[in-house]
Amino acid sequence: MDFADAPEHAAFRREFRAWLDANLTDDLKVEDASDSRVAPDRETLEKRIAWQKKMYAAGWVGISWPKEYGGRGASFIQQVIFDEEYFRAHAPILPGANAIGLLGPTLIQLGTEAQKKRHLQRILAGDERWCQGFSEPGAGGDLASLRTRAVDMGDHFVVNGQKVWTSGAHFADWCFLLVRTAPDAPKHHGITYVLVDMKTPGITVRPLVLLNGHRHFNEVFFEDVVVPKENVVGKINEGWKVAITTLMFERGGAGGRDHAAQIARLVELAKQFPTRQEPAWNQTHVRQMLAQLAIEAQALKVTRLRGLTRRLRGEPPGPEGSILKLFGSELAQRIADASSTLLGPYATIDGATEAVPDAGRWAHRVMGARQYAIAGGTSEIQRNIIGERVLGLPKG
Amino acid sequence: MDIGFSEEQGLLRDTARKFLDAACTTKFVRDRMATAEAVTPEFWAQLAEQGWLGINFAEEDGGSELGLVDLVVLMEEMGRTVMPGPYLATVLLGGAAIREAGSPAQRREYLPRIAEGRLKATLAAIEPNARWDASGIMMTAQPMRGGFSLSGTKLFVPDAHLADIVVVAARTRDAGTMEDGVTLFLVPKDAAGLSVVPMPSIDETRKLCEVRFDNVAVPQTALLGELHEGWPSLARVYDAASVALAAEMCGGAQRVLDMTVEYAKLRVTFGKPIGSYQGVKHKCADMLVEVENAKSLTYYAAWAIDERQPDAPLAVSMAKAAASDASRKVSNSGIQLHGGIGMTWEHDLHLYMKRAKASEVAFGDANWHRERVASLIGA
Repeated sequence: MDFADAPEHAAFRREFRAWLDANLTDDLKVEDASDSRVAPDRETLEKRIAWQKKMYAAGWVGISWPKEYGGRGASFIQQVIFDEEYFRAHAPILPGANAIGLLGPTLIQLGTEAQKKRHLQRILAGDERWCQGFSEPGAGGDLASLRTRAVDMGDHFVVNGQKVWTSGAHFADWCFLLVRTAPDAPKHHGITYVLVDMKTPGITVRPLVLLNGHRHFNEVFFEDVVVPKENVVGKINEGWKVAITTLMFERGGAGGRDHAAQIARLVELAKQFPTRQEPAWNQTHVRQMLAQLAIEAQALKVTRLRGLTRRLRGEPPGPEGSILKLFGSELAQRIADASSTLLGPYATIDGATEAVPDAGRWAHRVMGARQYAIAGGTSEIQRNIIGERVLGLPKG
Repeated sequence: MDIGFSEEQGLLRDTARKFLDAACTTKFVRDRMATAEAVTPEFWAQLAEQGWLGINFAEEDGGSELGLVDLVVLMEEMGRTVMPGPYLATVLLGGAAIREAGSPAQRREYLPRIAEGRLKATLAAIEPNARWDASGIMMTAQPMRGGFSLSGTKLFVPDAHLADIVVVAARTRDAGTMEDGVTLFLVPKDAAGLSVVPMPSIDETRKLCEVRFDNVAVPQTALLGELHEGWPSLARVYDAASVALAAEMCGGAQRVLDMTVEYAKLRVTFGKPIGSYQGVKHKCADMLVEVENAKSLTYYAAWAIDERQPDAPLAVSMAKAAASDASRKVSNSGIQLHGGIGMTWEHDLHLYMKRAKASEVAFGDANWHRERVASLIGA
């Protein structure tokens, strides 16, 4: 049992922290990177692309990729340290994040040489942005029931159908897309994983505005879209395995959002925020509520590290991994709910006020937190997964 | 960074599980809890043989000099079998207080005998006000010729009826702070004026007592540590015992979860095993989340104490709060999911539920520790 950095890891942490201190300018900083995973506008996007290019030039993009593909071959621990420092510095999520984290590693494992040559370097360098075409109106939690059709025309496919919840599609140059190529096969055996150039004729991107006004999700419509067969990842009709590989990278992501920083801010607000002539922090229920959140945030952090240790030791995944998504997303909701308990009417103000300069951010979290327990597999699905795959309970 | 147990700790767990599965069956637990002793001399001797009774004592004091992380492994296994008897009282309270505060001479006099199983101890600190902070200690020790005179009542003292020696916390002066003026004394149980009255308690595997001090005269040599300066030692004993108890709660809660999952696979209603219904399945998933998070915080706290990290007190309170809540919720859910059978004397669940309740409120419940967390994060 050792929670401390080994000397070489401490050195890595110092090196990256010093680089961020020297290079991350204030105009790029965000209070909590998870609040805006996709740039809210084109101008911010361009700034963040420039930032990715700067990081790339210094060798800080895709550090866990193998060296031969432009990464550093960084260990899990280095990736965790990287993520901790990156969030700590208030750096924004890179425009290429989903390609760096999901598609790139998938291509490195399962892509053709031509696909790797064409995309990998451009992904790291910030020259290509990607979106993930998985979910459909009728295929969310049960992803394998997707129905977007791709008809085999010899050297290419013709794609018709619709995707939804496509984050960042409006800024994307490419899409990694799941299509049905064998409609009569059992649902997991008729899916193909393809790479689609978003400039191909027949693609329409329409914003899907969230209840808090955020516009980073989209619906994407495909009408007779031509996709060359050289863009198939893995084998035709065996795309489900490729998709699982991508999803494993999604769930295995080493970093987590920084709940502790949000809680620390709420403690700060509670100390200065008066209710009935004295600071809210003097009230037992406020102290209990925020202390409980701090406990849960620390539990999540250590539970994540325990899962990481299992991976490092080459042990089979333990129950820790399945817990992170369920508990982490619901914790983020509880933090948002706590903010409205604490801030009262200020939590409903969509902008800065004198008493609570960050009122708008909390208002957005109060509204937006609902999505955490839905995206990436709802809490209900997660509880089924834990019940069935971890505890071995029978399927319903 | 490596947040797991070592090979040696894995071995310790395997050995402990094998021993307890054989020697500490629920029949043994039920037989023993019906007696005042709650443990047999043979069983206690076996704990001594395996080095459990001196696990954290220094080698020169007859111990194995292992850390709190090692103890956590043992406690999880003890919780898994609701091990009865005065282990908490003797090793984690009385023994730990001597280890923390005792002079080299006192340590050499008492700790080897505890480690060998020849001496039992306990700690009498809590009073009728049931407070766990320094302000709760109101019993007085008056200086008298050659020593002190102790008068007052201590409650909820674990297994005092079995102890040979009692460490007692008393107030020796009223100073600026409540922490100042607390002094620890080492008193033989047979001292004149000391009487022990059992307090019938729901967890019969670990009995509680009232200990009355009626002008108990003790010599100067009964002082454990410095006069007026006993509180920091006592706080360290509480912190370590809280983590140990949190680990024991994790072990018990894990066992309740295992029993419940097994039952949910077998028990059929409306033609299907109840575990296939989401109402049951999701509750089991929530139980797992509770247990795993409590384990995470407990392991971190044990490491933080072993490594003398500055955030150790925060880590301890986080662990105890989480384990207190988790063990209550999990044992309650376990009974709920078992239905009527879980409410019976015959089923073993109540052994776990009662231990969980006793541990939940010992050394401060979740609310008490959350308040401590609040004062530490808000400082």
